[in-house]
Amino acid sequence: MIEVKNIQKSFNGKAIIEDVNAVMKAGQCNLIIGASGSGKTVLMKCMVGLFQPEAGDILYDGTSFTEMNDEQRTEIRKEIGMLFQGSALFDSLNVEENILFPLNMFSSDSIARKKERVNEVLERVNLPGVNKKYPAELSGGMKKRVALARAIVLNPKYLFCDEPNSGLDPQTSLVIDKLIRDITVEYNMTTVINTHDMNSVMEIGHYILYMYQGHKEWEGSNKDIIFSKNQRLNDFIFASDFLKDAKDMRMLEQRGKIDPDRNMDDLLK
Amino acid sequence: MKLFKDIGQFMIMLKGMFAKPENGRMYWREFMHQCAEIGIGSLGIVAIISVFIGAVSTIQTAYQLVSPLIPLTTIAQIVRDTVILEFAPTLVCIVLAGVAGSRIASELGNMRVSEQIDALEIMGINSKAYLILPKIVAALIMIPLLVIIAMVLGIWGGRLAGTMAGIIPANIYDKGLVELFVPYNVYFALTKSYVFAFIISGIPAYFGYYVRGGALEIGRASTKAVVVSCVLILFADYVLSALLL
Repeated sequence: MIEVKNIQKSFNGKAIIEDVNAVMKAGQCNLIIGASGSGKTVLMKCMVGLFQPEAGDILYDGTSFTEMNDEQRTEIRKEIGMLFQGSALFDSLNVEENILFPLNMFSSDSIARKKERVNEVLERVNLPGVNKKYPAELSGGMKKRVALARAIVLNPKYLFCDEPNSGLDPQTSLVIDKLIRDITVEYNMTTVINTHDMNSVMEIGHYILYMYQGHKEWEGSNKDIIFSKNQRLNDFIFASDFLKDAKDMRMLEQRGKIDPDRNMDDLLK
Repeated sequence: MKLFKDIGQFMIMLKGMFAKPENGRMYWREFMHQCAEIGIGSLGIVAIISVFIGAVSTIQTAYQLVSPLIPLTTIAQIVRDTVILEFAPTLVCIVLAGVAGSRIASELGNMRVSEQIDALEIMGINSKAYLILPKIVAALIMIPLLVIIAMVLGIWGGRLAGTMAGIIPANIYDKGLVELFVPYNVYFALTKSYVFAFIISGIPAYFGYYVRGGALEIGRASTKAVVVSCVLILFADYVLSALLL
């Protein structure tokens, strides 16, 4: 579990995050959503220690991250996996070497066992047999899956994903979302996902934190979001008329006003 | 003000490099990789430049020594001393600032922009220690070796040009090389090469590591790294010459 307590961060005197609180539980996908510039990436970077917050605290299973010294941070970071927006694979290394990198750095297993583990995680992200390919030879979706494999190779307790679906088509995005959700449940990880992909919100949002201009505007689950009366949240999530209609339809479904098993072909007639 | 900020940040970067390696074998592998990149990767250009510098020095020295009273061995002595004192350490290091320095700056800049450095930090790896320290240590070992090779090739290039152009016979050239030889000159040249090696690796590493922005900024950082390195090499050359000669 990760607890965010009264985090504040500013750049050049301008407040980017103001007094944000959240509790992100293990075994579920915790989403940070918000428009571009709302502070969600800064919040995530504060959580992993890439930025130092000016006030507040981050607790990893009750242990304060902001008060840790460099050595303690190094230790806890071995339990953190991160999937970056641009995948951040090492260009000069092939897929196998990329995934082996954290293993070589921190594991004392034999080479054979490490390679076995690489194949296991590649199987897990549905990418067997790409071991010798270089990042430049992979599609965007494949790069994300390799980066995800590298992030989980050391069995981390915490997984951070910064916009995992950016630049991907809707189908591939869905594959990545489901993969993250399944891995989160399977390994009982605390997963934090930074996104503005509405499919992700609806599909895997066990806990959703909506950021608006640096502060927490709303929190809840993907079930609550349908019934939310928060105007800013509704404007952000259901931005198009199509999505507004879809929301109304889902509300009617949930309230039993229309049959969820209705035959669309009959309706179209 | 910006200069003081850069100097302070450079010092912090150097301090951050010294930490216990997470895995000594991985650091050793990275160090060997950098030795190959800086040493073997620059060997070709160093060899070509050195041979031609030696050759041109011989021809131009002979052109200027018109008096029949000056013995031919003087040509070899002048070529030897200019190659050892200046051409091999300084000129070669200026070329290396362009070759190795721009590579270091653009490699680290690209890693920064594409979040690879952040990825290392998240993994719990000290990115300064893993990425910068092996480059500086490799440069401190390989660049003096390249300078020694440049000295040998420069002097050999002078001998080759002298004999091929009929300016000076090989045996006279060889005799001139050992006459009035001051071993301290080699020590001085190697001292310079150590200082230049630190500049060639440290300055581009700084500009690359702290780059902000995108592809355009990587190019700018790389250019700036080479320009600053060259200026600092020339400045250090002057200071060391004033202090040690």
